[in-house]
Amino acid sequence: MTTNAGEKQSRFDPEPVARRDFLGLAALGSMAAAFGLSILGMLKLPKAAVSATPAKKFSFALPDTLADNEAFIPPGRNVAVFRDGEGVFAISTVCTHLGCIVKTSANGFDCPCHGSGFTKDGTVRKGPAPKALPWLKVSRNGSTITVDEESSVKTGTKV
Amino acid sequence: MKAQDYSALNEFWNNLRTIPSHVYRAVFRGGPPKTDRTRSSFIFGNVFLHLHSVRTHLWSLRWSTTMGLGIITTAAFFITLVTGILLMFYYKPYPEVAYQSIKDIHFIVPTGRLMRNIHRWAANVMVVAVILHMARAFYTAAYRNPREFNWFIGWGLLVTTLGLSFTGYLLPWDQLAFWAITIGANIAQSPREITDALGLTQLMDIGGLQREILLGSDTVGDEALIRFYLLHVMILPLALAALMAVHFWRIRKDGGLAKPEDADELVASEAKEFYPVFTDVPTKTYHLAAVVKGKTPAVGSGPEYTVPSMPHLFYAELGVLMLTTLICVGLAFISDAPLKELANPLVPENPAKAPWYFLGLQEIVSFSAFMGGIGIPMLCVIGLGLIPFLDRETDGTGEWFGGPGGWKLVKWSVVVGFLSSIAVEAFAIRFGWLREWFPDIPQLVITFVNPGTVLTAIYAAYSIWAVRRYNSTRAGALALFTCFLCGFIVLTVIGTYFRGPNWDFFWSPADWNAH
Repeated sequence: MTTNAGEKQSRFDPEPVARRDFLGLAALGSMAAAFGLSILGMLKLPKAAVSATPAKKFSFALPDTLADNEAFIPPGRNVAVFRDGEGVFAISTVCTHLGCIVKTSANGFDCPCHGSGFTKDGTVRKGPAPKALPWLKVSRNGSTITVDEESSVKTGTKV
Repeated sequence: MKAQDYSALNEFWNNLRTIPSHVYRAVFRGGPPKTDRTRSSFIFGNVFLHLHSVRTHLWSLRWSTTMGLGIITTAAFFITLVTGILLMFYYKPYPEVAYQSIKDIHFIVPTGRLMRNIHRWAANVMVVAVILHMARAFYTAAYRNPREFNWFIGWGLLVTTLGLSFTGYLLPWDQLAFWAITIGANIAQSPREITDALGLTQLMDIGGLQREILLGSDTVGDEALIRFYLLHVMILPLALAALMAVHFWRIRKDGGLAKPEDADELVASEAKEFYPVFTDVPTKTYHLAAVVKGKTPAVGSGPEYTVPSMPHLFYAELGVLMLTTLICVGLAFISDAPLKELANPLVPENPAKAPWYFLGLQEIVSFSAFMGGIGIPMLCVIGLGLIPFLDRETDGTGEWFGGPGGWKLVKWSVVVGFLSSIAVEAFAIRFGWLREWFPDIPQLVITFVNPGTVLTAIYAAYSIWAVRRYNSTRAGALALFTCFLCGFIVLTVIGTYFRGPNWDFFWSPADWNAH
């Protein structure tokens, strides 16, 4: 669409976008949209749909010689299992700060990486840990103890 | 038969005979760089060299202008590139196999141990040089208009360099590697500290997603190792090379290195040694004055304070490259790259320490995972990255500690920077922090009020005081950047020498055994 030079345009009749400009912008826009969407599609790839992780539920027997409040670490697991007069309980030894493995000590648990400290029941005593060490679900079948690392229970639950 | 019957054949023999000289002339079109003219074409005719300008100002060649720090960083990068490619011949990115392959490289592969040591030392040199280079650019006020964007690119280069160092020491799959991956992935997950406190984790678990994408799984294993390998040998080096190209290109487009206003007079006595190139002052500029920003060298005076980049700049650069190589190789002979025991997912080392350049970070992470690992570093990158846009003064550009306040303010800022960081650390070490006094305090309070954030706030407040005291934004920038460097040094030294088992404070590593 052309207008005569010098002719004043009414604000109700603004100069339209030139046809070539419009087509150029449309082409650019569709290209940008295509690239944008394909990048979004590509980002789906690095997010794994399935991850092979070892079973989080495991069974074992506590040694008869285990004293009250002495930690038993099931082989290959980051869990501390205790037995006292009220029953058996398991506390995760993965630090809630940044995932190092805490050690049992006279005060409870201490983390070697950034100095978090926990009491014997897993409550934060000092340091940067944001949460208490979770208590894990324990079930007993005779002398066989089963711990499920994926489900936590209320602090103080003993079976 | 007549001789001219064979003329084509003669020509063929002649062409065959002169192939070497013709190939030489086809590759090196300008001829040997013996005159100023051929020296110029030596540079602008070569795709690799033409990032340099044809002539370089004498001020830029002064040792005190740059101390060669940018070139040292670049040289160290090229050394890591070459040695890194060599290490890739034998390295296998799979847990345990990776550890064995590093052992093979160290003990069996011919020169493998030397190459690994050089790779490691060049990476360390690169980290040191890139930090010092940043300090040089800052203290000579070289970040100002029109170089604001290049300062920003420089921060990108610093972050990428640290990312390369981090992904690099993960690859041997020893104890250091395994626990660094664990801690790094959990720092990526630490936005949960905020979303948990606000009860938003169920809705949008940004932290969990970041960790999952980084590890490719929910545990640290083979997927994680191959991802960090990919980052280390492909994604980050490509990103670094792209940023470097922009960084160097911008130096030229922004008019070379930052110079003081009176740089021409300052180098006048040196300039006399070089015969004048332009005997008459030209009245016209000789390049695309309308396109290229900044003052053109030919306005009002001839470019007689410049010398041909070939040989003056190139020989200086090659000298720095040789020196850097010498330092890296020398250190590689003196000290081996560490390799700890094979990764053990059940028992971290005690203390589990990162390499020295991350120990300052480890120290503030020991106050809060999110603020120490993400919040404060982001604040530093954004806050210091935006300095060119916050300080738009022109006083003192190109001079060491130039601008209001100057060296005196920097000296005081060193005192403030050291004393306040030591005081905050001493307080936290002696008296503990909020959790020890109020066991039930909400986590969100500790996330935002911890020794790291308190120190950041002190530095910010002091810088604002400096802006008021000298009525200058440059003074505030000098105060802030100096404090940042001092805090980095103090935290790194404490993390390195004064933290022992369980990250407790010890006066000396000799006392660790008492534990």
